[in-house]
Amino acid sequence: MRLFAVLLFAAANAFGQPRSGLDYASEEIRRLQASDAENPGMLWVDRGAALFAQHCASCHRPAAMKGVATRYPRVVDGKVVNLEAKVQHNGPRFAYESQELLSLTAYVAHQSRGLPFAQEVFPKQVENGKREYYRRRGQMNLSCAHCHEANPGKKLGSENLSQGQPNGYPTYRLEWQTLGSLHRRLRACMYGLHAELPAHGSDLLLDLELFLAARARGLPVEAPAVRR
Amino acid sequence: MALARIQVPKEAKRGELVEVRIVIQHPMETGFRRDADGKRVARNAIHSLACRYNGAEVFRATLSTGIAANPFLRFFLRAGESGDLDFWWLDDDENEGTARARLVVA
Amino acid sequence: MKRRGFLAVSLLMVPLRGKTQANAHVSTTDPLVVAITKGKDVIPGKVKLELPALAVNGHSVAMTVKVDSPMTGAEHVRAVHLISEKNPVREMATFYLGPHSGRAEVGSRIRLNGTQRMTAIAELSDGTFWSDQVAVEVREAACTDGG
Repeated sequence: MRLFAVLLFAAANAFGQPRSGLDYASEEIRRLQASDAENPGMLWVDRGAALFAQHCASCHRPAAMKGVATRYPRVVDGKVVNLEAKVQHNGPRFAYESQELLSLTAYVAHQSRGLPFAQEVFPKQVENGKREYYRRRGQMNLSCAHCHEANPGKKLGSENLSQGQPNGYPTYRLEWQTLGSLHRRLRACMYGLHAELPAHGSDLLLDLELFLAARARGLPVEAPAVRR
Repeated sequence: MALARIQVPKEAKRGELVEVRIVIQHPMETGFRRDADGKRVARNAIHSLACRYNGAEVFRATLSTGIAANPFLRFFLRAGESGDLDFWWLDDDENEGTARARLVVA
Repeated sequence: MKRRGFLAVSLLMVPLRGKTQANAHVSTTDPLVVAITKGKDVIPGKVKLELPALAVNGHSVAMTVKVDSPMTGAEHVRAVHLISEKNPVREMATFYLGPHSGRAEVGSRIRLNGTQRMTAIAELSDGTFWSDQVAVEVREAACTDGG
């Protein structure tokens, strides 16, 4: 089991150390992310704090939120559960990309900012996502690996390709002009491939998310990150 | 109600130059964007903003869709008495927003 | 597209000689400029517009505009106007300052609809107008995701 985990980790990081998207970002984006006064994502963190007090504080202490985001996505009773699904539990069922869910996940993830992401390994379940990661899809007939494993650092159009790491989500993306979830970002990539888009919160995206987290293990949580 | 984050120094000396930063949660819709169904999203941007310091106007701006979403503004003022910085803004849909920060002057 | 083309041409038109001072930044026949200056000269200088030479995404570009002025009661900046060359809405913002500002410097984030020149025109308390202009190359996302 242990050897398997080591091999999986090695395979997942075939190019060496995982590098955050921040490494590939422009100076201005790095500056924006580092400035709490100017990072637009912090507006959602503020709103999340208010929503937390309103919806979650009857059971959860704000201080207990520290470290939570480092433990998601995880496998619970054979199912992949990510932070969005966890936040949706018991309480009001806020939809993906709703202001409420974005704000709450931004707030909770932010409490783990700087802490190492995805500390736990789920070697069996991560195989599903790994398969999807290397599967070609869409009219373009490309897989995630074609850009993010084979070509990080190179240009796609005028953009610098990154390793496609998930440690900064929810992220304020300049292209969206708003904060968005990882699932939105994965769908966006697939849209570019002219592929059928899996639904937010679908098994495919959850499986992918689990694999991406394993691949990113050790990177610091950056929520709310800023990306182009 | 639009949310805002205001940043001022913790404390300022009388007569000192103070940098004020504000970022407001607002889509600044251009009116050119289309939604997922292909329908045009109506224009709605903050067009007027003002900042008063102890009741006196210290900054005013006319904005348009050329300002990025979740508008950010940075400007300066001279520290006088300790007091409130009161922001007010208005968008095309006639929504008013306000935000306040305290400036402590030694 | 037609309107944009017309405006681009009008901006690039050579200003009239003799009566008005030649300004590389603004055309004296640009109706937007005339609305601001009421036909007065716009002198290049005093204004420093700071923008990246390359913007990774046109949705949000960091901008700072500074005007060289003591900002006293006798001599200060009244307003700074930001004008785009190619945005569908060319008047981007006007910042109103005064002696209380202490420093004529305003920062913001702007939208740029493609590679273009941005112009800043400052109106001083003595009624004169000054300008600066910066060319920005604006890049787009490799894959636009439809939202």
